[in-house]
Formats: sequence, structure tokens, C-alpha cells
Amino acid sequence: MIPPSFDYHAPRTIQDAVGLLTQLGSEAKLLAGGHSLLPMMKLRFAQPAHLIDLNRIDELRGIVDQGDHVLIGAMTVENDLINSPVLRAKVPLLPEAAALIADPQVRNRGTIGGDIAHGDPANDHPALALALNASFCLQGPQGRREVKADDFFLGIFTTALAEDEILVSMTVPAFPAKTGWAYEKLKRKTGDWATAGAAVVMRVENDHVSQVRIALTNVASTAIRVKSAEDALLGQALSDESINAAADAAMTACDPAEDLRGDVEYKTAMAGQMLKRAIRLAASRC
Amino acid sequence: MNDAVDPTILERTAALQGMGDSRLRKEDARFIQGKGNYVDDIKMPGMLHMDIVRSPYAHARIKRIDKSEALKLPGVIAVLTAEDLKPLKLHWMPTLAGDVAAVLADEKVHFQMQEVAVVVAEDRYAAADGVEAVMVEYEELPVVIDPFEALKPDAPVLREDLAGKATGAHGPRDHHNHIFTWTAGDKHAADAAFDTAPVKVSEHIFYPRVHPCPLETCGCVASFDPIRGELTTYMTSQAPHVVRTVVSLLSGIPESKVRIVSPDIGGGFGNKVGVYPGYVCAIVASIVLGKPVKWVEDRIENISSTAFARDYHMDGELAATPDGKILGLRVNVLADHGAFDACADPTKFPAGLFHICSGSYDIPAAHCSVKGVYTNKAPGGVAYRCSFRVTEAVYLIERMVDVLAQKLGMDKAEIRAKNFIRKEQFPYTSAFGFEYDSGDYHMALQKVLDAVDYKALRAEQAAKRADPDCPTLMGIGLVTFTEVVGAGPSKMCDILGVGMFDSCEIRIHPTGSAIARMGTITQGQGHQTTYAQIIATELGIPSEVIQVEEGDTSTAPYGLGTYGSRSTPVAGAAIALASRKIHAKARKIAAHLLEVGEADLDWEIDRFKVKGDDGKYKTMKDIAWASYNNLPAGLEPGLEAVHYYDPPNFTYPFGIYLCVVDIDRATGETKIRRFYALDDCGTRINPMIIEGQIHGGLTEGFAVAMGQQMPFDAQGNLMGNTLMDYFLPTAVETPHWETDHTVTPSPHHPIGAKGVAESPHVGSIPTFTSAVVDAFAHVGVTDMTMPHTSYRVWQQLKKRGLAL
Amino acid sequence: MAKKIISVKVNGRLQEKAVEPRTLLVHFLREELCLTGAHIGCETSHCGACTVDIDGKSVKSCTHLAVQCDGSEVMTVEGLANGGVLHAVQEGFYKEHGLQCGFCTPGMLMRAYRFLQENPNPNEAEIRVGMSGNLCRCTGYQNIVKAVQYAAAKLQQTEKEAA
Repeated sequence: MIPPSFDYHAPRTIQDAVGLLTQLGSEAKLLAGGHSLLPMMKLRFAQPAHLIDLNRIDELRGIVDQGDHVLIGAMTVENDLINSPVLRAKVPLLPEAAALIADPQVRNRGTIGGDIAHGDPANDHPALALALNASFCLQGPQGRREVKADDFFLGIFTTALAEDEILVSMTVPAFPAKTGWAYEKLKRKTGDWATAGAAVVMRVENDHVSQVRIALTNVASTAIRVKSAEDALLGQALSDESINAAADAAMTACDPAEDLRGDVEYKTAMAGQMLKRAIRLAASRC
Repeated sequence: MNDAVDPTILERTAALQGMGDSRLRKEDARFIQGKGNYVDDIKMPGMLHMDIVRSPYAHARIKRIDKSEALKLPGVIAVLTAEDLKPLKLHWMPTLAGDVAAVLADEKVHFQMQEVAVVVAEDRYAAADGVEAVMVEYEELPVVIDPFEALKPDAPVLREDLAGKATGAHGPRDHHNHIFTWTAGDKHAADAAFDTAPVKVSEHIFYPRVHPCPLETCGCVASFDPIRGELTTYMTSQAPHVVRTVVSLLSGIPESKVRIVSPDIGGGFGNKVGVYPGYVCAIVASIVLGKPVKWVEDRIENISSTAFARDYHMDGELAATPDGKILGLRVNVLADHGAFDACADPTKFPAGLFHICSGSYDIPAAHCSVKGVYTNKAPGGVAYRCSFRVTEAVYLIERMVDVLAQKLGMDKAEIRAKNFIRKEQFPYTSAFGFEYDSGDYHMALQKVLDAVDYKALRAEQAAKRADPDCPTLMGIGLVTFTEVVGAGPSKMCDILGVGMFDSCEIRIHPTGSAIARMGTITQGQGHQTTYAQIIATELGIPSEVIQVEEGDTSTAPYGLGTYGSRSTPVAGAAIALASRKIHAKARKIAAHLLEVGEADLDWEIDRFKVKGDDGKYKTMKDIAWASYNNLPAGLEPGLEAVHYYDPPNFTYPFGIYLCVVDIDRATGETKIRRFYALDDCGTRINPMIIEGQIHGGLTEGFAVAMGQQMPFDAQGNLMGNTLMDYFLPTAVETPHWETDHTVTPSPHHPIGAKGVAESPHVGSIPTFTSAVVDAFAHVGVTDMTMPHTSYRVWQQLKKRGLAL
Repeated sequence: MAKKIISVKVNGRLQEKAVEPRTLLVHFLREELCLTGAHIGCETSHCGACTVDIDGKSVKSCTHLAVQCDGSEVMTVEGLANGGVLHAVQEGFYKEHGLQCGFCTPGMLMRAYRFLQENPNPNEAEIRVGMSGNLCRCTGYQNIVKAVQYAAAKLQQTEKEAA
């Protein structure tokens, strides 16, 4: 219940935050929403000597309409994603999916950046970012760089984010016309992580699936994009056959860990079920 | 003081806000303004904080405990282990079940998260740091998790402290991990019935371990005053007087100098009945250090180490005629009690009131046998709104009746109606010797079947079963339970030798308001309101001005506490009878004031009236004033009474629950489409409060049946001991509840009330199982073990070729 | 580690205190300011019994550091009533029997308070979702829904009268 002692820093700029990270190294952890880190510290699974609180850095907040892209500050909380008129208009997958994360109070603090940077395969935003073809802006002592979501999630609790870097923002392409989307998340109760989740963004033109990105949550050591499932749909009309083929491909790509939510067989089957639902819902919105 | 215009009878009754009135609660004011007084709200000058070092292993020897690093930390004052408690002979303590339990692990640990040492510090943060710094060296021992494995000849010895003890508190022990074997009923008659029965069914039914998980965890503030030699302890206790007696016996401090106070309690549900090591250690620390010591556990500690519930492996058999008349019942149970038998049962009943398992049915011959066994898990078993194992008993019989119905191709409602104890048979003595007080099961069942249009539901189910493409499986669950509460008659029921009576004292003040104290203790049941309502109707004083106090052993009369729905049956009776003593004295005073004989008076709502002269009367308010200054000769001043009530019998509330579920064949998710709960608790004191209790009990039942579990791996690690995994449903998951009632008063209870709040838990859990199993009944499934998570239900779907 | 001075307005009153960085807001409120309305029911941020209002948002105070509140405005259940007059949510919980043991109640009230500002006219499903960060073991939520509906109606009525 009680975290161990630590020193607390509340920088006002990204630069200062990066400076602190560089200076303090592995003894420091970044504090974003705190709803992953603080419980871990209360249970004493994490015992950083320093906390660098990102909540006072205005540069990290905000949702900016950039025309054919939307820029989302890493410290944007889930409720701000849900309520954003820009996202509702241009990237409606995010507001809808964010409502499936945690609960109302946690959504006032939990940030999209924290959800992504943690590298936790159970989190939802990684699969969403993959399905959205997002890219991330990282800032370190050497300056800024962009990394595509496709290249960001490397392994369990491992991302492309270096120890001395901070995730600054996520950029997402605005949905062109005729884009359908869905995120289907099977969970035991409100606030639970996904037993299996499937994110789909697709376009149907002339009755054929012209573009599709499919990603799965919590059925592997990271969120995974399933190209084989995408290929099963691309270039043809949607049919029960192609949807089933996509689901089969997804199930083959799965490598879930057994836990109290289910064994490997169940989670794999549910990845397939969630994907089928997500494809159908996305298609209905094209 | 007569009013110029007499209000009507209805108005005067309404003004009392007495029995039957859904009046709003008197206790709410403080809770809605954040001014409740829970244990963790209590601060005392100089108060220290205690935290507990716990074992990561389920079975291990303790090689070494090193306190030195912990003692170096700023703010840490003391570290206590079993060694420190030994000179006080407090390293072990007696349990309520006749066993002993370690207070702090003595040379070995018996379950994961068992208490090994305590750290006392200036504040809770330093205490937590101290816990991290205590170094304990363990040598792991082979772990026993499976109770069946525990009874094998070569099973590891768990209780070395019981080595050589061939007799336990409840009879002979025939194995080193065996606790007791308890039987009830007539084995000879039951066996005879089975030998000749044309139809027999049997089923192995497991009721898994779950935990009551009240929102407030357990804790205490112990304060020993060395100058006065007095010990005061604020404690999350459902039975403060029993605790006082136990603490006095353990500590040697005379009971007159021990005060236990149960302040506001944030939910009990049976989790807060026993005496936990944390309480004992906090008391010892306070005595040793001469300062108040607070201990409040975390949620993980609560789930992992405090009184769990159930863990009954039951083999049930029914013998019957081909047309469904039950001839006999046999049940054998293996009861997993964990490392110590700490069950809060009445002394003579190590399996509680499990022998209510003949249920609502007229079964001529029955026998049950319960064998208790030790394993490397936390101690407990009787908790969670169970009425002393009635949850297990009702689950068993209701499942078995379904199994029998299925075997015979009979409708579940029809077979129940056929076997019900009939209204004319009450009072009815069961094959296990319980004397059921009253009931009308047939009427209640019909009421429910009509309300839900049962025939239409079955028709809908048939149509859906005929459609192979139907994406859901529909199930209808039905449970018709009788439960036994109100423990209990002292010749049968005692806790550590103290009979399970209960008590009430009432004192009327000169200006007509009153104070009343009872030996029970509310944890949300609304006693401050409902008890006042009983007195209001008995004495004609508005409930609004009747102050109800419980929980302080220095002022409240001795009682056995609140659990097992015993408050209204036992304390409620004491309240009525204490009121009637006052009423009798008041009649004498009224006669004196009105200058008539007692026989010339009628009592009407709030006053004694002279027969045939409506204008001549004295209200209870008038009488109260007179009782302090104008009494007939020979009568002492004052207007008060105390009554200790030893109930002549238990009470037998009953209910009819029906549940409709739709199972998603793709995922195994179960939607509760409808839940209809009809309860009969006899006389209803406050319908609003009853309904709230039913909602709560049904919701806890839903959680148990559909999601709660306490899985152990082979090393005895308890998985899922946080609220991430332990299923407490939110408002989103929780179904909508429909409630209904009938009223069959208890003939032996002064106000006809039976007690109510455990029924919805007892009855709902088998209803959910009945519904889920019913969804698969057409493919031959006869039982499914809880919890019915989407994962487990999907496994059944897969197994039966029904998964989409 | 070094204490930090924080300046935080709690229920309208400015408080300046020195706190350890690791001090959880819920402990700061309960122990330092003696506002024991917010309760602790778990350590994994699930139960919501500790919910308070920080700068106009519902937050679980057990998963928030006191130091993070420097410069913020915090409202607890003790700040809901106005000069002895109960807030509509408090009245609703009382009138609709939305509490039994009372332990979840302060968190429920603080969440309901903010929820009705986010959504003044919610339907039942929205109420259940809106309150899904608060666990209750006693009521089964059914009367809590009614309590929130009561409060919504009362607040709307009050607004109509004010207009």
C-alpha cells in the first residue's frame, strides 16, 4: 500500500525532463498518469529512486488538427481523447476505443503516451496505433526522431524508446472518406485488460477492401499487426470466407500467455472472434 | 396534555414510522457527509502503526528472522515474532472451532501470507518500510493444496503441533491431516431407502473457495492504559462481546477492564467475526509499548489471509420414485479448512448448519457426513453470508433436485412442487431434526412462475434449441430454497461455551425519547433504523427519537453479534420483549394516572385509553414523564427494561428465485437477462431496507457464481489476490434485480420476523448455476463448477461442439 | 527523501503543508487534514472509495501523490454540503437508500457530483458506466442508480428555478 521513498521532480519543459532522465539514468522513472506506475510502486514491484513527473509539461498535451494528420500530445488523457471533436471527426477509432480502457476516474489521469511507452502487451493503445499507422515523436538528448508504430513495439516491456528518451507525441493520419474502423475488446469486467482485443481500420472501394490494417491486443508479447490477416481481406469483396480466413490467420499469429482470463486455446479463439466482430463492424462503417 | 383535535389512527401510526414503514435511515446523515467513524478514522494521541511481515511460501520452516535492519530504520520502534509472544503464551491462540491457530508463525509457516512478524513504527509509512527490511530465511517444505491428496497415507504432515493427537475438538482423527468427521441424520434409514429405490442419481458438486471481500478491510486500534490497567480496542468486529471474552481469557486482563468497540464497519459478510493475529499482535504491542497501536490490513492481505468461504467437495445422492418423489438423500463432504480450523461455527457444529441440506423438501430419510481436512491454505470456511454453511447445503440440494429432474425428464418447477413440504405440514421436522417454523412454498412458487410467464420462457427455449444457428444458448435457473438462520437456541448453539442468545436494554427518558442498546452490531444492515422501528410500534414512541447504540462492550448488554442473519430473529425478539416489559409497567402507570384499573385500559398505537371513553387517555410520552415523578405505590421510578432472549428455535426464511440467461456461443459470455427474486422473511420491518439487502446479496451471489475464484498453484501461491482479478462487479456488470415477497410470519418469534439478508446470497448462487447448466441440459450436461466465467463456459461449449 | 512544500486548496481552504514526495493524496487528506471521508478499499486503484475531485475532475486519490496537487483545488465529500444544506447527490443517496455500510459512499458521492456535471441528463446505462469506477458490496448499485437519477432531476429543477 505504501510506496518506497523517492525524490520527486516536476520539470516544466520536455528539455528539462530529458535532462533529468539523462542525469539520473536508470534510477529514474517517468510519471505520466501514474495508474500503472504508482500501483506497482505501492506493491513495491518498482522502487525508483527518482520520479520525473511529466504532468506539468504543457508541450506534451493537446490534440492538434493538422489537416490530413492529427497530432496528439503524449500526456493527453483518455477522457480528452474521448471528448475531442477533432478525433471524433477525423480518427473516430481513438475516442471509441479509449472508452473501453479502465474506468472514468482512471481515464482522467491515464495518458495515451503512458499506455504506449510502457510496452505492456496488455495495453490497448499499441494495437490501436498499429491499426492507425501512427508514428511517434521521441525526444532525447540528441534531439527528436520519428518512429513508426510498426517499428516501435519490440518485446514485452521493450520499445524503441531509449532510456534517455521521452515520448512526445503520436501522429495519426486522418481517416479518408469511406474508412471503417472498430476495436473489439473482450474483457471480464470494466477496467480489466483485454482477454483479447482486435483493432481494424479499413477502406472499401468499389466493393473491394482496398486498405486494411489489423492489430491484436494482449495475445502476444507485444501488440501485433497481422499482415496475413490483412492479406486475407485485401483486394476482394468481404465475405464470410475471407473474414474467417482473416480470423484464422490472426489465430495462427497469436502467442498468448495463459492466465486467469483464459488458456492459450481460449485466448487464441477469442482473438479470432474479436477480429471477426471488428471486421464486420468496421465494414459496416465504410 | 391532551391535544385539542385527535389525529386519525393512520396519521398517528405514520408519525411513529414504526414496523412496516419504509422510512429513510437514521444512520445516513453521517455517511453522506463523510463523517462515519470507521476503525481507520480513529486517531489517538501517541498512536503507533503496525504492519505485518508475511510468508511468501505456503509451507516452510523458518530458519532465521533478522530484525536488525528493520530496527535501524527511522521511525521503527519494535519488531515482534513468535519468540516474543512465547513468554506470554500468545504465539498460538484458540480458534472458535476448537483448534489452535498460530498468531505469529512458530518455527514453520502453514499458508502463503501467514503472519510471521509484526513491525511497530511511528507512522504507517515507516511500518511498511520496516516490513520490507525484516529478513526471514525459509526452508521450503512440500505443499499440500488438494484436500484429497492431504488424506493420502504418505501426505506431508501439516500440523506438527498436533502430532500424536488422535482426538480433536470434534471427535477422533484418523489421519495426521484429518480434523473431524461429523454426521447427521439416520444412516440406516437413508441406506435402506437407497437400497430399494427405483431411481437413484448422484453428482459430485464442488463449491469452490471464495472470499467475502467487504470494501473495508480488517483492522483495529488497540490502546492499553498502563495507569488504569484497562485495555480498549476499536475493532472491525461483528461480535465485540465474544472478542472481549476471548481477549480477557488470552491476556489475563479481567473482562471488566477490557473494552472492545466496534465503530462503523464497512461491510462484514462474515469476514469480521474471528479474532485475527493482527488484532492480537496490536493488543500485545500496545500493552508492551504502553501506547495505542493501529493495524489496518491491505486488500491483498485481506483476500489472502482472512476468513475465506466454502471449499466444500460434496457428493450428493438422491433416491426417488420414477415419478419424481424423493425417498432419500445422502451427502458426503470433504471440507477443506486450510491450515487451521478457524471456522466461526457454533461449537457443536463443525460443519455449521449444513444439515439443512434436505432443503424445502419433504424427504423421509437422509444422512450427511462432513470430513474436515487441513491443507496449506489460509484458515476459515464459514463466512460470506453463508448462515453457517447453509450456502453449501442449499447449493447441494438444489443442484441435486435439478439432476434428478433431468434424469427423469421432469420440469424443474414441477418436481419441486411435487416434493415441497406442504403448508399444512408446518411446523415440520426434517429428517435431520430441524423444526421448520412456517412456510407456504407452493404459493410462492406459483407467484414467481406466473410473474415471469414460465411456460413462455420454456417455449422460447425450445424454439431456440430447435434452431442450430441460434447464436445463444438460453438457460432458465430455478431455486426454491429454505434457509435456517437466527442462531440460536443456547442448548444447541454456543460460541466458545457462551449460548447464542441476544439482548436488548431500553431506557425511556422523562421527555419521551429513548435510548436502546443491543448485543448485535450492524455493518450496514440498518439496525439504527429497524431496531428503532420495532420499539416504535411496541411502545408508541416515534422511531425518530429512539437512539440505537451497538458495538461498545462497556455499555451494550452481552450479545453474540451480527452474522448468519441472526440479528432480527434473536436481538429483534429481545427488543420486542424488553419493550413489552416496559409496556407492562407503563400500563400500571397509566392506570394510576387515569385512576382506573389496568383491565379498564386499551392500548391504541401510542396511548392507553379508558375503555368506552376516548377522551381519557395517556400517551407513552405522558407516561414517561410520570415514570420519573408520579408513580403508583410500590413501583420504582424510571421506565426501562432489559431482556436476554434465548430463541426456542431457529427461523426459516425461504425464497423462490428464477433466472434467465443467454450464453454467447462465440465467447462463452453469459448475459443475465432476468433475475426474479421472491423472498419470505416473515414480518417485514422496513421494506426499503429489505429490498436494499436483497439487491446487495444477489449482487454478491452474482459475483460468486459468475466470476469469483481463489486459484492456487501447486506451490500454494494464491493467484488473483487483488481486485484486478478477484471479481467485484461494477454497476455495468451487475444485472437489474426484480424483487417480490410473500409474508409467512414465524409463529415462535415475538414479531414474526425471520431475518433476511443472507437469503439472497444463499439462494442466488445455485440459481445462476442452475441457469447456466440448464442452457446445456439438452446436450446432457448435469453440472458445471463455478465460477461461470466466459472462459469456463466456452470450454463447455467447445467440449459439446456448440462453440461458434 | 526531502519533503516538499505544497500549497493546495481543499474544500475552498488554502492549505500549505510539507509532505514527503511519496505521500499519497488520500493519506494527506485523511491524516494531515483529518478529512477522513475518502476511504481506502484496495491498493490497486480498482475500488474508487478514495475518489475526490481535483481541478474539476474525478480522481482516485490513492493513485495520486500529494505533491502533484501543488497549486490545485481539491474537493472532498466534506466540501459537498453548502452551509449545512446537503448537495443534491447527498440528498439523492439518502432519499433513494443508495447506501448501507457507507464505506463506498463518499467516493460515490464525489463521482456522482462530477458525473452529473459532465452529463446532466443521463439515462440508466450512462449512469452505470459513469459510476463504473466505484465499487459497492452492499447495495448492488440499483438504488445508487436511482439516487443519481434523483440528483439529476433535482439539479435540473434547481437550474430551471434559477433561470
